[in-house]
Amino acid sequence: MAQDKQHQLEIVTQPNFLDGSALQIPMLQILKEDGTVHKDAKVPDIDKDLALKMFDTMQFIRILDERMIAAQRQGRISFYLSSLGEEAASIGSAAALDDGDMIMGQYREQGALAYRGFTVEQFMNQLFSNERDLGKGRQMPVHYGCAELNFMTIASPLATQIPQATGYAFGQKMDKSGKCTICYFGEGAASEGDFHAALNMAAVYKVPAIFFCRNNGYAISTPSQGEQYAGDGIAPRGVAYGMKTIRVDGNDIFAVYQATQLARKLAVEENEPVLIEGMSYRMAGHSTSDDPTGYRTRDEEDAWRAKDPLARFQTYLIKKKWLTEKEAEENFAEKKAAVLAALKDAEKIPVPHIDELINDVYDTPTKQLKEQLEELKAHIRKYPEAYPKTASRLDGGDK
Amino acid sequence: MAKMNLLQAINNALDIAMAKNDKVYSFGEDTGSFGGVFRATSGLTEKYGRHRNFNTPLVEQGILGFANGLASQGSYAIAEIQFGDYIFPAFDQIVNESAKFRYRSGNEFNVGGLTIRTPYGGGIAGGHYHSQSPEAYFAHTPGLKIVMPRNPYMAKGLLLSAIFDPNPVLFMEPKRLYRASTGEVPEEEYTLELGKADVVREGKDLTIVAWGAQVEMAEKAAEKAAEDGIDCEVIDLVSLLPWDIDTVAESVMKTGRLVVTQEAPLTNGFASEVAATIQDKCFLYLESPIARVCGLDTPYPLSHEKEYFVDHLKVYEAIKASMTY
Repeated sequence: MAQDKQHQLEIVTQPNFLDGSALQIPMLQILKEDGTVHKDAKVPDIDKDLALKMFDTMQFIRILDERMIAAQRQGRISFYLSSLGEEAASIGSAAALDDGDMIMGQYREQGALAYRGFTVEQFMNQLFSNERDLGKGRQMPVHYGCAELNFMTIASPLATQIPQATGYAFGQKMDKSGKCTICYFGEGAASEGDFHAALNMAAVYKVPAIFFCRNNGYAISTPSQGEQYAGDGIAPRGVAYGMKTIRVDGNDIFAVYQATQLARKLAVEENEPVLIEGMSYRMAGHSTSDDPTGYRTRDEEDAWRAKDPLARFQTYLIKKKWLTEKEAEENFAEKKAAVLAALKDAEKIPVPHIDELINDVYDTPTKQLKEQLEELKAHIRKYPEAYPKTASRLDGGDK
Repeated sequence: MAKMNLLQAINNALDIAMAKNDKVYSFGEDTGSFGGVFRATSGLTEKYGRHRNFNTPLVEQGILGFANGLASQGSYAIAEIQFGDYIFPAFDQIVNESAKFRYRSGNEFNVGGLTIRTPYGGGIAGGHYHSQSPEAYFAHTPGLKIVMPRNPYMAKGLLLSAIFDPNPVLFMEPKRLYRASTGEVPEEEYTLELGKADVVREGKDLTIVAWGAQVEMAEKAAEKAAEDGIDCEVIDLVSLLPWDIDTVAESVMKTGRLVVTQEAPLTNGFASEVAATIQDKCFLYLESPIARVCGLDTPYPLSHEKEYFVDHLKVYEAIKASMTY
């Protein structure tokens, strides 16, 4: 790494073009697809409580995603992004972190947030943009954020969070906080300029950041191989930027956990940023706005269904006798009931008060904003039937 | 008090901010021990170390992405973009990220500690890509504050306010005046209010509004008009976002005439915003149409810079036209 000290390079006298074949990046796998452990692999040091917490979170996210896709189809929420098939990537990595580490996600890391302790009610309040949403109903569903849980609010523009993670981690390093930042993104987002800027700067500044690429095979409809990139995925880019890099089976929660645990140690103890490429598959559509049957085959999906991270982990846990089939089913039913109950409650809660429209543009609303709000309220009073969500409670917003 | 040029005043403000708070960081292309291409950050690395004032790789979107992240962490991030003309790779990070960080999170997170410093403007034989005044692009973005100082005294006080203001601030420095503008500047810390216009010359016949380097042209035009017996009031807007509507409106209610001048091209510039707002607030007080004296709607030229430049003569002609309407 970093051999070029002002071009003090080995001299050759014959032209030789490199094609990348000199760098073959393998994939770490501990848990095989059938839920058994590779003979020479070492299962990370995870006790029963932690294993079951990871499993519970995976199961919860599976249910949440399935229910909310259904809720979107019923017209109860406007939009949804599922993490179906990628639960091990976000939950396995979040489990390997300290609760004080910052998480900066893309929009398919609800698993990491749930692992941190975001409640089913908090999820629902955001999804329904109601007045209890921490984001005050300002962003589309799935754009979660929670300062208390060190989970940076999600933004739709792709890859913008990656250089921000570099900056955040720089601040953590300068504060001698002993914490790091993990930043998630997809292989599509890794084509954005921000990705390249971020990794280069992180390597140059040696910040405690873990860049976790969920390579799930698709950016909406564009397949990764040959259309998103022509090289060997994302991992070689980390090496090129002078960064410790590892590729893992993103559907193997143990491989994800172990890699992230070691990455955290490198980040926090040695200020070494790390790139992890988790190989997975987006079992759902990109969002509720697209239908994957238009751009991929059922056979391809079936092949990946066999690698399902949740089923794989469940098989392991049952064999380990930390879980029974019956318990898994009961837990599933219990969580499903909780999700349904929270959904029903959240959709009854009103939208935020109209005064929230101008708050947080700046730390305090400007004079112009206050005038604009008063004009708007006067207009709503004139045509209350046109604005039913706010017309009945225009006053008393300032608490 | 000490005599400083505009660059020295900015350097002095950065020095004071960095001495005051350990979490103030300054960075940009070549801004480390070299001190930046204009030398605005010179001496800071020696004084505060290479982790407080440092070079970045050559990537504006990365500079702003990094700065947003650092500010969201609770630090004061002062990012220099070498020329305003090169700010556009960072447009997404500024417009979609800095400006919306607090709002989109419901105030869970903010980048209030962010200040973006960038030199702007023409008159230095810089051609297309070292002369632009891109303030209007950003002035269309709720959540940002935009400040443009006209002289060393204003630059220091405003920059100190910008750095510690709890909102992201775009601080645009008139590079034509970096060394040309000198004046007495207090050596100690002081701040000037953001969002407040400054009446730099009082008058009763006509109001001229300008900001940044263009205030000099407004003042010169006012002096020339005074020889004709025309008494102009000159207002430095200082902040474009939020901007001080009341001070301008009060002045126009007194004078009945308004000339707005900017370096940037005419169409969709900030002068248009001032004109639209003032005709709304002061319609019945106006004696003549509001005039905008601006750059042509061309890319910034090189060999015709002198002709293109919005000099005091063009402003003076607009004053006379308004007076004789």
